[in-house]
Amino acid sequence: MEWEVVIGLEIHAQLATKSKIFSGSSTAYGAEANTQANAIDLGLPGVLPAFNEEALRMAVKFGLAIDAEIGLKSVFDRKNYFYPDSPKGYQTTQLHHPVVGIGHIDIELEDGSSKRINVTRAHLEEDAGKSVHEGFNGMSGIDLNRAGTPLIEIVSEPEMRNAKEAAAYFRKMHSIVTYLGICDGDLSQGSMRCDCNVSLRPKGQEEFGTRTEIKNVNSFRNVERAIDSEIARQMDILEDGGKIIQETRLYDADKNETRAMRSKEVANDYRYFPCPDLLPVIIDDNYVEAVRSTLPELPDAKRARFAHSHGLSPIDAAVLAANRELAHYFETAAKIANDYKLAANWVQGDVSATLNRLEISIGELAVSAEQLGRILQLIKDNTLNNGGAKEVFNALVEGKGDGSAESVDKLVDSLGLKQVSDSGAIEAIVAEVLAANPKLVESYLATPEDKRAKAIGPFIGLVRKAAKGVNPQVVMDVLQKKLSEL
Amino acid sequence: MHNKTIADISRDLAAGEYSSVEITENLLTRIKNTDAHYNSFITVSEEQALAQAKAADARRAAGNADAWTGIPMAHKDIFCTNGVLTTCGSKMLSNFIAPYDATIVENFNNAGAVSLGKLNMDEFAMGSSNESSFYGAVKNPWDGERVPGGSSGGSAAAVAAQLVPGATASDTGGSIRQPAAFCGLTGLKPTYGRVSRWGMIAYASSLDQAGTITRTAEDSAMMLNVMAGFDAKDSTCVDREVPDYTATLNNSIAGLTIGLPKEYFRSDLSADMQQQVRNAIAEYEKMGAKVKEISLPNTHLAIPAYYIIAPAECSANLSRMDGVRFGYRCENPQDINDLYKRSRGEGFGIEVKRRIMVGAYALSAGFYDAYYKKAQQVRRLIRNDFVNAFNEVDIIMGPTTPTPAFKRGEKTADPVDMYLEDIFTIALNLAGLPGMSISCGQVNNLPVGLQLIGNYFDEGRLLNAAHQFQQHTDWHLKTPDLKNQADI
Repeated sequence: MEWEVVIGLEIHAQLATKSKIFSGSSTAYGAEANTQANAIDLGLPGVLPAFNEEALRMAVKFGLAIDAEIGLKSVFDRKNYFYPDSPKGYQTTQLHHPVVGIGHIDIELEDGSSKRINVTRAHLEEDAGKSVHEGFNGMSGIDLNRAGTPLIEIVSEPEMRNAKEAAAYFRKMHSIVTYLGICDGDLSQGSMRCDCNVSLRPKGQEEFGTRTEIKNVNSFRNVERAIDSEIARQMDILEDGGKIIQETRLYDADKNETRAMRSKEVANDYRYFPCPDLLPVIIDDNYVEAVRSTLPELPDAKRARFAHSHGLSPIDAAVLAANRELAHYFETAAKIANDYKLAANWVQGDVSATLNRLEISIGELAVSAEQLGRILQLIKDNTLNNGGAKEVFNALVEGKGDGSAESVDKLVDSLGLKQVSDSGAIEAIVAEVLAANPKLVESYLATPEDKRAKAIGPFIGLVRKAAKGVNPQVVMDVLQKKLSEL
Repeated sequence: MHNKTIADISRDLAAGEYSSVEITENLLTRIKNTDAHYNSFITVSEEQALAQAKAADARRAAGNADAWTGIPMAHKDIFCTNGVLTTCGSKMLSNFIAPYDATIVENFNNAGAVSLGKLNMDEFAMGSSNESSFYGAVKNPWDGERVPGGSSGGSAAAVAAQLVPGATASDTGGSIRQPAAFCGLTGLKPTYGRVSRWGMIAYASSLDQAGTITRTAEDSAMMLNVMAGFDAKDSTCVDREVPDYTATLNNSIAGLTIGLPKEYFRSDLSADMQQQVRNAIAEYEKMGAKVKEISLPNTHLAIPAYYIIAPAECSANLSRMDGVRFGYRCENPQDINDLYKRSRGEGFGIEVKRRIMVGAYALSAGFYDAYYKKAQQVRRLIRNDFVNAFNEVDIIMGPTTPTPAFKRGEKTADPVDMYLEDIFTIALNLAGLPGMSISCGQVNNLPVGLQLIGNYFDEGRLLNAAHQFQQHTDWHLKTPDLKNQADI
């Protein structure tokens, strides 16, 4: 049978507020366990929550970025369940009146087309602490530093049809929240986590199949792999005439398979009710408009601008616009060089390759955008050839620069990379090379006219070996002239 | 010295009649000698009290004394006190020492008051007789066989037994007014949001409100002056100017329109009780007040609505008592579920468990609309009854309780019988209105309470009306015979 895959994602994004959603504790990651948990975070008797309005502002910003309805009245509810890292015995969240209503984003597919995915809602809630099961003699340790960190949970419509679309959606959301500056987007620290709802149905059937939920997937790649492995698992069961059990599953990246969590943790009646300690959050249109005025240029707009105003290919534009820092780096360098295409090639070429090789982010690269811009300038005015430019770039990567554009010029000098374009000097070198390689000249002259373009190659290599930094175009011109005179 | 009101002590300390240390030592000795009989204190914080008293005397010597400097009092054990045990009357918190003060505790400390300790109460403020405390029942100083009322039974008994001139208390369904009525005292439950709930261990967050139990309305006004005000730590606290509640006590009440809800003078209310309340109303008429019969047609729905909303909220509020981070933990837990089940099973008393179960049931999937949502709708109807009534009258009066203090064990067998104790008081909590109870007579030598209900934030008018009654009558001056009891 032919099956259709139905995927919906729930993304938890930690908001980048300085303090927690209902207490004044710091939200910084990585502190010693339980040093960033005050009486409110610990859920001691008698304490009360006080809402951090910065979290509201960020959530509204997100809502506006995905063109969503903004809840002018949002209400916090208590979601009741017992777990040691949930100190109050309930999570404060928003059930019926979320701050962000129906919205949408567009994802780019591999064939270059785009697809609209609707967002059902996004609501504010508090993160739980962490249970640590290692190193406590068979008991569990609890770290409440994370408890009370503000989250938005972004719920998509079940509109994705394969794992690649799901990964593209997760990437796009990541791009949006980091552009907005409302989430640091650090997947390895759990700043963004994704629950994937996956089901299959016979192609053409309206009704959804039974779904499973893969909890807490924390990388783009794993979203794709987890979903693919879950699709395969479900398809095997269905093809054998079996039934899918609605359950929560965990993805094991090492084994590349999902496995069921204990069913006890699935069957839960959360007994939601409005939190009596918090007033409904009421905002008006003025508030919304004030937040709107702080929106930065978003990935889609930036991508369109790169493509339309600067002539980049759609794929180049999409890649360069996806990451806010990378886009900024690219634009800064491109403006200095006044050449977006050249800058695009470099950022997607040497810059990206270096980032991948060193496993660092653009912010950690030793080559500043100003330095790259200067290198590009020097390429354009023929001071540097491509090889020289790469050498300067690599020297900067290794720390031989101070971040300033001037240090590029100094390096060019000290490394002796200034390109020789003076044809007189090049003519002398060419003459030497030709004189020193009579056999090569002989075989060149024996080559038919139509194949000589290729046969000239070895001479170019010899000239450049003899004199670093010669302008290849001038070398070519001189060689052709000299050889034709023989 | 122990027979003094807060206002008396304030004047005496200012006049140098005695020092704060002297009256503090006097009352501490009295507590030591007699409280075994009442069981009104859970914790006596002698050391802290004497340190506060000394500091207060020093402050006075330095010329910086205010109205409250050096006045002894005590807190209901529902209010967190930094460094002093806060049990909420429960085994669950029998080892809990908060690292912070409740806002009102902090307010009294800053005002220079001297806290003698923490007062007994029904476990987690759930009860109307102070029989559900892990620390044992509290006895009514008027009759040792009878209950002092609840849940603020320790606060009422301690004031009636003249161990403290005034005490903080809290009221979720009548927990200030009913004990005040049973012990012949003045109880004040302010408007919801008038006083911060920060540091007051939550029973039902949308109903809980801190207040006072004192001998006189003047003392209540003095206490409210310290307690009332905005607190950013409590989102439900209202940012509204706090008047000087003592400044309007002596206003004339001529022309005051008193509403008498016909539903509060039911045929099953005993003739004796009716008579005492009607006598008090007649006294008000003598002072120039006008009386008008009104109707609060949804009165009969108050108790059913309350016993959905309060248990629902408490079922979540008490979830944090899980044996994980503080409080009672069972011996040798086998795993996390065992730890939860036994810590909570052993740590909570029967009434607390009953309300948690009722609340969890009312909130469970499929029942929410029928119970919790419906109860919230009823709550709005009850509120509307009062809003309509206050379009016609300035103040509403009636009995605080259906009967005077009952005997211990009399109502423990049937929880609903106990719940009906709060039939006249509970509606105010649902509506969020302020209310008082003042002593207005006796039946069989037991005090009878008159309930005064005010409009939102109209505490000044309530205190004024109560004070004027106390200027014209002496019911508030009547005290139980403490002589024999003082011997033990």
